[in-house]
Amino acid sequence: MPVESIFHRLEALLPKVQKPIQYVGGELNSTVKDWDSAEVRWALMYPDAYEVGLPNQGVAILYEILNELPGTLAERTYAVWPDLEALMRAEGIPQFTVDAHRPVRAFDVLGVSFSTELGYTNMLTALDLAGIPLTAADRGDDDPIVLAGGHAAFNPEPIADFLDAAVLGDGEQISIAISEVVREWKAEGRPGGRDELLMRLAESGGVYVPKFYDVDYHPDGRIKRVAPNRADVPWRVHKHTVMDLDEWPYPKKPLVPLAETVHERFSVEIFRGCTRGCRFCQAGMITRPVRERSITTIGAMVENGVKESGFNEVGLLSLSSADHSEIADVAKGLADRYEGTNTSLSLPSTRVDAFNIDLANEFSRNGRRSGLTFAPEGGSERMRKVINKMVTEEDLIRTVTTAYSQGWRQVKLYFMCGLPTEQDEDVLGIADLAKKVIKAGRDITGSRDIRCTVSIGGFVPKPHTPFQWAAQADHETVDRRLKALRDSLRGDKQYGKAIGFRYHDGKPSIVEGLLSRGDRRVGAVIRAVWESGGRFDGWSEHFSYERWMAAAEQAGVDVAWYTTREREENEVLPWDHLDAGLDREWLWQDWQEAVTGGEVEDCRWTPCYDCGVCPTMGTEIQIGPTGRKLLPLTVV
Amino acid sequence: MQRLRVRYAKRGRLRFTSHRDISRAVERAVRRAGIPVAYSAGFSPHPKISYAGAAPTGVASEAEYLEIGVTTPCVPEQVKLGLDGSLPPGLDVLDVVEAGPGGLADRLEVSDWEVRLPGADRELAEVAVEKFLAASTVDVERLTKKGPRRFDAREAVLRLVVSEGTDRTAAQVQGRPCVILRMVVRHMTPAVRPDDVLTGLRLVADFAPPVPPEVTRLAQGPLDASTGALADPLDLDRDTTRGGEAGPAGEHVAG
Ligand code: B12
Ligand code: SF4
Repeated sequence: MPVESIFHRLEALLPKVQKPIQYVGGELNSTVKDWDSAEVRWALMYPDAYEVGLPNQGVAILYEILNELPGTLAERTYAVWPDLEALMRAEGIPQFTVDAHRPVRAFDVLGVSFSTELGYTNMLTALDLAGIPLTAADRGDDDPIVLAGGHAAFNPEPIADFLDAAVLGDGEQISIAISEVVREWKAEGRPGGRDELLMRLAESGGVYVPKFYDVDYHPDGRIKRVAPNRADVPWRVHKHTVMDLDEWPYPKKPLVPLAETVHERFSVEIFRGCTRGCRFCQAGMITRPVRERSITTIGAMVENGVKESGFNEVGLLSLSSADHSEIADVAKGLADRYEGTNTSLSLPSTRVDAFNIDLANEFSRNGRRSGLTFAPEGGSERMRKVINKMVTEEDLIRTVTTAYSQGWRQVKLYFMCGLPTEQDEDVLGIADLAKKVIKAGRDITGSRDIRCTVSIGGFVPKPHTPFQWAAQADHETVDRRLKALRDSLRGDKQYGKAIGFRYHDGKPSIVEGLLSRGDRRVGAVIRAVWESGGRFDGWSEHFSYERWMAAAEQAGVDVAWYTTREREENEVLPWDHLDAGLDREWLWQDWQEAVTGGEVEDCRWTPCYDCGVCPTMGTEIQIGPTGRKLLPLTVV
Repeated sequence: MQRLRVRYAKRGRLRFTSHRDISRAVERAVRRAGIPVAYSAGFSPHPKISYAGAAPTGVASEAEYLEIGVTTPCVPEQVKLGLDGSLPPGLDVLDVVEAGPGGLADRLEVSDWEVRLPGADRELAEVAVEKFLAASTVDVERLTKKGPRRFDAREAVLRLVVSEGTDRTAAQVQGRPCVILRMVVRHMTPAVRPDDVLTGLRLVADFAPPVPPEVTRLAQGPLDASTGALADPLDLDRDTTRGGEAGPAGEHVAG
C-alpha cells in the first residue's frame, strides 16, 4: 500500500508559521528508506519542539540502528508548535515525520522518548493530530503500537492508558528485538491482531504492556496490588542494559540540523550509568552499573563524528564525565589533537575537586576561561549528607579558590530546594557559601572581577530512588525559602552584586511530582489538561499551574496525596512491578540512612554494597583503565 | 589570502532555511570538506565567510553568492565538489571561482525572479501586470522590524511578464497549470522584493493569488548596458584569474 508524502499540503502552510525549517527535514545524515520494501516501520518521536528534540541522543541512536536493519525503516517526528497545529487542524493535515513527511498513523510502531514527564501532553497532541485514538483500548489493527522509552518510562503509569507498551532502560538491543517480533507477526499475516502482537511482546519480559496488568486499590486510595491479568505475562518487567558500549559506537552518522537547536555539538557518551549514589538522582539509580567506553573508541567516535558532521564543538557526555577512569588521557589526547583547529571541547562535569579544574583547563586550552560549574546540591553540610553528596565546605572553597587562581572568573553553583528534612537554614546556608566563594576569589586574585551564580531548582522525588518514599515540599515552603535566600543574597552590601541568582518557582515542581510518582488515575488529569489546551509543559511561557490544578480537581485527583505525602515502607508503589534492578530493601535502607546521616561510597572504586542491580540484571561494572592511548589523528 | 567566490542554490524544501541557518550549514560544510578556511583573530575566531544579499526565508534561489577566505590556495573546481558534497541536498554549489579585483556585492545590481502562482487566474494576472507597468509609481507598505514602511515598488521593476507552466512544488508533485510571473528587479534601498510587487498587483488591480506564491531567484548580477540582459557576476573573476580552468600552483585541497 503506497503511503504518500503530505509535504505538498504542508508546504502551503509553512510560509505562515514561525521557523518553518524545523518541519522540512533534509538534515545531513538523515535517512529516507523506501516505504514499500520495508517490513517494519518505526516513527520515533521526541515529544518536544524540534530544537530540543533533534539533539536528543536516544532518538538519534535508535533512528540509526533501526535504519541499519535491512527491512526496517525509521523516521522522526517532533511536537509541532501551536501555530502549525492550528493550521494542520484547519487543513486536515496529520502528524507527519520530518524525513519523508509520511503520516504517523501509517507506521507500525510509534516510539516516544521521554527524558522528562513534561512531554506527556505533547504526546497526546501528536496522537490526536495523527488520528490515532488517545486511549490504547480504542485503537484498532490499523493503528501503530504506541511505545514509550527513556527515563520517564521507568514509571509510565500516569500515561498507561495512552500507551500500548513501554520499555525500560537502554533501547539499542530491545528495539531490534521488537522489530523482529513485529516483522514475524506481520509476515505470518498478523495472527490474532493487535492483541496477539502485544502479547508476544509482553511474554518476552522485556516489554511492559500496561493493559495486561490490573491495578487494585485499597479503600483509602493506596494501591493494593498490581497483577498480570493473563497467563504467560510476567509479574515484573525488567530494564535493559547494554553491556560493552564499544560494540555500539553510535551515533556514527550524526544528524546535522539546519535549524538552530539547543545543543549544537557532536556528543559522545563516554560512559553510561553512575554509581555515586546521590539519593535524589533517578538517572544515576536506573542506569546502573557504570559501563565505560574505552579511550580508543571515544577517540575514534570523536574523529568520525567531527568529520561526518562538521560541528566545531565536541561534548563528552555522561552523568559524571570526570569520573571516567581515563578521562585525563582522553582530555589531553583530544586537546592535543584539535589544538589550533577551532574545534572546542566540552565536558559537562560538576565535580567539586581540583581534578575537575585540571580537566577544564585542558579543555579550555585554546579558548577563554569563562565559567566553571560545580554542584554541591545542598546548602549545608547536613543537607549534603542527607542526599549523599559528600562535599565539604572546605572542599568547595578550596576548589573554587584554585579555579579563580587559574584564571576562571565565573563559578556557577547548582543547588536544590525542598530536599527531605530540609530546614530554612539549610537553604540560607547557600547564601553563606556563595559569599565565602566570592571572598575566596577576591582574596586569591586581588581582583573584584569575580562572579558566582547560584542556580537552584525545586527537588522532585523520583521513582526507583531512595527518596521515592519521601514527602515533596509544598510550593509555598519552597517559594518562601527561595525568597529568603534571594533577599539574603541581594541584601548583602559586600558581596551581593557579585552573586547572580537563578531559580524557578515551586509550582512546576509540584506538577512534575504528580507526574513522576503518579499512578494510572493521574492519566485523567493529563488528558483533561491537554483537552483544555495544555501543551509544551516544559516551557514556562506555555506551562500553566492553574490549568493542572483545575484538571486535577475535575478528575477528582488529590495532588497533595501524590506529592507532599510521605509513603510507608510497605505501601505498594505504582512502579513496583517495573524492575530497575534495585533491591527495594536496599533502597529503603538507604532512605533510612539518609534521614539518620549514613553515607554510601561509589561502588566503582569500593566494594559492592549490594544495591541489587548487577545480580538481578546479569550485569557488571565495566571500567578501565585500558592503558591505551587515543589513536593518532590521520586527517585534520 | 586567496578568496573564493561561490554561487549556490537553495532549492525545494531547503528554501525555508533562514540566512542564519545557511551560514551554520556552510561553516560546517567547509569544515567537513576540509577547506582551509581562514579565521578572524580574537577570542572567538570566526571563519572568514561572507554573504552577499541572501534571499529571504521561504524563497528559493538558483543564484546566491558567498565568499570564502582560505589560508592555502585552492583549486576552485575541487572546492566546488568538496563543498557541494558536504552540504545537504538542496543547498547545492553551482560555481566556484577565485576572486579577482573588485567587490562582489557591487556587481549584484539586479535579480531575475520567477514567481509561481498555483491556482491563480492568468487573465487577471495579465491585466494586473499591465496596470502595474503603466503606473509611474506604486506605493506599497511592508512590515519591517522597525514597523510599517511605505515605498515605491514600481521604479525598481525593469521587466515583468506573465507566462504559464505547470505547478511544480518542492515535493515535485506534478499538478495543475500555474501562472508564472518573471520579473527583473533592480536592487535598491529599501529593497523591493517579489512579494512587494505582488502587493503592488493587488493594489492596482485587486489581483490576489489563492495560495502563497513560490518564489525563486533565477539569477543575480550586473545589468549588461548594451543588451539589457543579466550577466554572470563571476565572469569578471574568471576573466582576471582564469579561475575554474586551471588552478594556481601549490597545494591542492581534496573534497
Ligand atoms: C544532553 C542533555 C540535555 C540537553 C539535550 C536534551 C535532549 N533533547 O536530548 C538539554 C540541555 C537541552 C537538556 C535539557 C533538559 N534535561 Co537533560 N540531559 C542531558 C544529558 C546530559 C544527556 C542525555 C543523553 O543524550 N543521554 C544519552 C541517551 C543515549 O540516553 P537516552 O536519551 O536516555 O536514551 C536511551 C534510553 O533511554 C532508551 N530510549 C530513549 N528513548 C526511547 C524510546 C523508545 C521507544 C525506546 C524503545 C527506548 C528509548 O534508548 C536510548 C539508548 O539506550 C542527560 C544526562 C545523561 N547523561 O543521560 C540529562 C538528563 C536526561 N536531563 C535531565 C533533565 C532534568 C533535563 C531538563 C528537564 C532540565 C530542566 N529542568 O529544564 C531539560 C528537559 C528538556 C526537554 N524538554 O526535553 C535529567 C533527567 C532527569 C531524570 N530522569 O532523573 C538528566 C538525566 C540529567 C540528570 N542527571 O538529572 N538535557
Ligand atoms: S550491585 Fe554492587 S557493584 Fe553492582 S551496581 Fe550495585 S552496588 Fe554497584
